[in-house]
Amino acid sequence: MGINRRSFLKLAGLASLSGLSAAGVSKAVSQETASLTDKKIRWGMVFDMRKCREQNNCTACIDACHKTHNVPDIKSVKEEIKWIWKAKFENAFPTQTHEFISESVKNAPSAVLCNHCENPPCVQVCPTQATFKRDSDGIVMMDFHRCIGCRYCMAGCPYGARSFNWKDPKPFVKEINPKFPLRTKGVVEKCNLCAERIAKGKIPACVEACKGKAIIFGDLNDPESEIRKVLAENDTIRRKPHLHTLPNIYYIM
Amino acid sequence: MLEKALTGSRKYWLLVFSLLAIIGVGFGTYLYQLREGLTVTGMGRDVSWGLYIGQMTFLVGVAASAVMVVLPYYLHNYKAFGKVTILGEFLAVAAITMCALMILVDLGQPSRGINIILYPSPKSVMFWDLISFAGYFTLNIVIGWTVLGAEKKSVPPPKWVKPLIYISIPWAVSIHTVTAFLYSGLGGRSFWFTAILAPRFLASAFAAGPSLLILLMYLLRKHTSFNAGKDAFQTLAKIVTYAMILNVFFVFLELFTALYSGVHEHILHFEYLYFGLGENTAAVFSMWLSAALAVFSLILLINPKTRQKDGFLILACISVFISLWIEKGMALVVTGFVPNPLDQVVEYFPTVPEVLITLGVYGIGFFILTVLYKVVISVRDSHA
Repeated sequence: MGINRRSFLKLAGLASLSGLSAAGVSKAVSQETASLTDKKIRWGMVFDMRKCREQNNCTACIDACHKTHNVPDIKSVKEEIKWIWKAKFENAFPTQTHEFISESVKNAPSAVLCNHCENPPCVQVCPTQATFKRDSDGIVMMDFHRCIGCRYCMAGCPYGARSFNWKDPKPFVKEINPKFPLRTKGVVEKCNLCAERIAKGKIPACVEACKGKAIIFGDLNDPESEIRKVLAENDTIRRKPHLHTLPNIYYIM
Repeated sequence: MLEKALTGSRKYWLLVFSLLAIIGVGFGTYLYQLREGLTVTGMGRDVSWGLYIGQMTFLVGVAASAVMVVLPYYLHNYKAFGKVTILGEFLAVAAITMCALMILVDLGQPSRGINIILYPSPKSVMFWDLISFAGYFTLNIVIGWTVLGAEKKSVPPPKWVKPLIYISIPWAVSIHTVTAFLYSGLGGRSFWFTAILAPRFLASAFAAGPSLLILLMYLLRKHTSFNAGKDAFQTLAKIVTYAMILNVFFVFLELFTALYSGVHEHILHFEYLYFGLGENTAAVFSMWLSAALAVFSLILLINPKTRQKDGFLILACISVFISLWIEKGMALVVTGFVPNPLDQVVEYFPTVPEVLITLGVYGIGFFILTVLYKVVISVRDSHA
């Protein structure tokens, strides 16, 4: 339906700031008509936390991801770097928890990572387009060589999904994977949905490593895909839906 | 005209070399930060902006406040500001330089800073922030320098400066508005996500900036031949008074909206600031100090008997400046990150290297200010 009311308002807001042309921002969509058609592929994931819980304290997805991507193992709350990690329900879903929530949900951690949002605030605020949303499949990517390290994206991300290299990460990478770039100090990084593996027709490392088959990965634009079937058959939630970032990561609690 | 900065009294050189020493220490510490990375600061993945960006935000306000002398003088022909307008403009030049440097020292990869120009991103408020900084810097240095040059030759300033002066007035408002948008446009940070942020920034700017200008004018009166005149002091004092009242009012509006509505994520930040969250009470003392100084300064400023006495006015200006420095230079930025998006509290404390680098940037700003003010005073002296 061309430009809808919401995108018009968004444009008006931006125009009031800058007097810009409409190009480039008209992707804004309403929650109901999320842009199912403007990309060929739209990768997404469903985390089935019921299956995850059965694997008591398993960290296979985290280990696989961090090993594949040379994520340094820095044991400091301030400087740690994480692409995927576990958070309590009340931390992952702070606006959706309540007093009488079931013990299993309350105590079992949820896996959290970059949501590869349809409306990514990090992409909007980046002053160099070092972080961008890939047109072909919607992955929110990082160009580690263009990032100037201003950390505006970290302020913009409502999910705490981004980490910064406060120091040279190299001494903290136990086993360097030569197939993936090692970062330098002073740049931001986060989950890239294994874009480098997808390019080779593989599935993301976390999905492959998951022992309980709790992570379903697929094309949300394909009505026949497994992920769409899982979404159709189960009640799912997303993190901070009120912000209208439209995450492509879903959870079954 | 710059040659006038090359001759001066012993006191002048003592000041210049003290500032150079501070700059030297700051620069040395910055080299250390460049080598080690931003790990030398107290920032982390949760509080990812700290003292540097806080100071940038505060100093944008100081820069914008030049409009408080420019507007009465050029739009309303308020003659008492005739002598001090240039002080405001040059203060803006020094402050904007410090803002740019505060951003630079905060960058993880400063050598790539040019990417902001190579890959212009109009969707990012930071892009507009830098444009507004560059424009405001240029306007003030060109206007100030040209008007002073004309004064030196005892001729009226060239006509082409007038439009620039008129542009500089809304531009001053814009730099601080855009800086507020940097924060208030982030839906995920409820502490900043408020429409009152830009007006609040302007109010605190028009209180803190003119306070600093009054203090500088007292220093100039004491140590140099420059006397701004009683009216300039008193009118600026009234501007500080009104702006400070507005600022306190705006803070009250913020508190009302958060506390009366009871919306959890809005209350949490204020709770952290004034009472602390659990054992995390880093901000509490300084926030109450800031509030107490605000009230104290308003008592001194609103009462004409105290406002008109030099000693009390100086005390009031120092109180305003410190109060707003705490509120905007530290609390505003840090509290946006506490608690973090996962409702966890990680506190921030600036480190020694961070403080030294910040002082170094202030040293550069005050060095520029000293040189520019020296030129102004020498030009005026040569006419006396």
